[in-house]
Amino acid sequence: MAKFDFSDDSVVLIIGSGAGGGTLANELCQKGIKVVVLEAGALQSQATFINDEWKSFSQLAWLDKRSTSGSWRVAKDFAGLPAWICKTVGGTTTHWAGASLRFQEHEFRTKSVYGEVKGANLLDWPITLKDLEPYYAKAEYKMGVTRTNGIPGLPGNNNFKVLHAGATKLGYKEVHTGNMAINSQPRDGRGRCMQLGFCFQGCKSGAKWSTLYTEIPKAEATGNFEIRPSSHVTRIEHNTSGKVTGVVYFDKDGKERRQKARIVCVAGNSIETPRLLLLSASNMFKDGLANSSGQVGRNYMRHMTGSVYAAFKNPVHMYRGTTMAGIVRDEAAHNPSRGFVGGYELETLSLGVPFMAAFLNPGGWGSEFSWWMDHYTNLAGMWLVGEDMPREGNRVTLNTDAKDQWGNYIPNVHFDDHDNDIAMRNHAFTQGERIYQAAGAIKTFRTPPYPSTHNMGTSRMSARPQDGVVNKWGQTHDIPNLFISDGSQFTTGGAENPTLTIVTLAIRQADYIAQQMTERAI
Amino acid sequence: MRVISIAQESPEVSGCDEDSGVVRKVNLPLARREFLKGSGLLFGSLATGTLLAGLAPSSAWALELKKLSTAEGQTLMAMGRTLYPHEKLPDAVYALLAKDLDGAAAGSADTAKMLRDGIAWLNKSAGGDFAKANAKKREEIVRGMEGTAFFGTVRGQCITSLYDNDMAYAVFGYPGSAWEKGGYITRGFQDLKWLPTPSLEASPKPFLG
Repeated sequence: MAKFDFSDDSVVLIIGSGAGGGTLANELCQKGIKVVVLEAGALQSQATFINDEWKSFSQLAWLDKRSTSGSWRVAKDFAGLPAWICKTVGGTTTHWAGASLRFQEHEFRTKSVYGEVKGANLLDWPITLKDLEPYYAKAEYKMGVTRTNGIPGLPGNNNFKVLHAGATKLGYKEVHTGNMAINSQPRDGRGRCMQLGFCFQGCKSGAKWSTLYTEIPKAEATGNFEIRPSSHVTRIEHNTSGKVTGVVYFDKDGKERRQKARIVCVAGNSIETPRLLLLSASNMFKDGLANSSGQVGRNYMRHMTGSVYAAFKNPVHMYRGTTMAGIVRDEAAHNPSRGFVGGYELETLSLGVPFMAAFLNPGGWGSEFSWWMDHYTNLAGMWLVGEDMPREGNRVTLNTDAKDQWGNYIPNVHFDDHDNDIAMRNHAFTQGERIYQAAGAIKTFRTPPYPSTHNMGTSRMSARPQDGVVNKWGQTHDIPNLFISDGSQFTTGGAENPTLTIVTLAIRQADYIAQQMTERAI
Repeated sequence: MRVISIAQESPEVSGCDEDSGVVRKVNLPLARREFLKGSGLLFGSLATGTLLAGLAPSSAWALELKKLSTAEGQTLMAMGRTLYPHEKLPDAVYALLAKDLDGAAAGSADTAKMLRDGIAWLNKSAGGDFAKANAKKREEIVRGMEGTAFFGTVRGQCITSLYDNDMAYAVFGYPGSAWEKGGYITRGFQDLKWLPTPSLEASPKPFLG
């Protein structure tokens, strides 16, 4: 691995090593650009991942202090844990389940297609599906997405069999084991899925794509790359001409450091990214960096989510095998006759006994709750994930009542469900239950949302500087050498799991940054 | 508190972080009587002929409390069983709840007071001994305490104390980590036979080399 000097102001500095930051780093390094990645979390590996839900959670999850507000149920059930995302090298690509779906064409122009939705801050993306298609193709190839590039689909597990039987009986047509960035056969130096059933806990076999053991080692091999784990950035600095010059961070020994840079790219996921911009407020940028629009932290989206679990007379053993290799796509389209705009996906999901107890019905108790746990082996489960409405009031702000271990204000995540989210969730719950009833369920249960895994929109992309934080390349409108490189860029959320689109945008952004550097524009 | 495992740790396991794949015996707590210095002691035995009794090297279990009395521990166990009643879970699992709450009480005088006050309230509401009240009465009393800090603490602790241990895994039929056994690729991940098999298009055959 290369080693760059703290005063080397020729490097591109990337904050975060997940789907956005890790991918961007490798793409830039492959082009001969020098990159320093500062990652807040520690380095783990396939050998150190723990296939035990609570222990793994302690090892990988971002557990720094956070607060919540708003009418969403997560604020009540998990007041200090708005999101289930990671603080580790590889970021949340260690935890993600691998579902890799392209956005649909209309999802890039929801304001035009959905029209005015009261209480929603819809906006068309400054890019179209056509702009992204070549980059989606590159991302799918890079990640080895099943059912693309001639890669076979994954074999369905028992949980999928239940979903498939019910969904097809109900008349759903697009039901299969998904487009998954999990090897169904050996590829890219990694083995095929062993059906371990612990996709969320860090894939010990390495069959699931994670920047930890794909992009990062590939970047290292170029000699242009340095990653510093356990390095928490607290501030982005700028000069009098309003360009960023580097960052201040605490290193693995808790020592405060300053790293200079030519370009800074922020990819800390959609809570830490806006928080860092806000924490970096200065005399010149009083409301935080890149915030002339006032949109930093706003339009926080977390997807409409929920789960349906169902009990059957016979065993399912849903925990066996790939967690999310199963999907029903028929509800993903925009079909306002259902009573809401946008669409949703139904995807298989399972939890082990420890997390089932924690998440099935948070706060629940009594014989009804026990009944579900007693029937654990006979349960099937699915996750509902759909487009939620961006709202200006749904936002990440600094909570000035509390500080983190570095002495900085913690982020508060405020979220109120939009009526459209609620209507969509109810529809999805009903359809999920009907699927399981069609497969012979004796009982079904509507599980409320887990802490957010899909965090988006808090530094949105916009054509006009007054509408958002970044342009169509993820470059901030206000500061040309400051980029946002994660899901915070999303103008709207789509119905699809966001990782593939984050990777796609990162590949595209790398081309733009390289070109701008060559042209000496930045 | 000392809890001495009566399960045999295999030497392969103790030597490294990586699990060797040896199937572990069910881990029962056992405090050695001769060392007993604590405030209370919870003990019992697994019912013979049950699944757990077959897995455990011995049916006896015992657990020492640091702060709470035996009677207080028993009241908490009864509250755990009221909140999360599972016929098949032995008292040894509910004793883990008492152990974890006792640990919290030992670490904080405020927590100890809150737990003792709550326990006293439970007993008073039951007209003496909460643990001896019938199930209906116990549920009624516990329901009346919803929203209190005591209720929240005990209920919250139940989630990890009752459901994240190897006795619970065995009772609920959850094997936990599968890595050591090569996952489920050849061990039944698609062995469900009571529903139609999906088409090969929807679910291709597994790659087996």
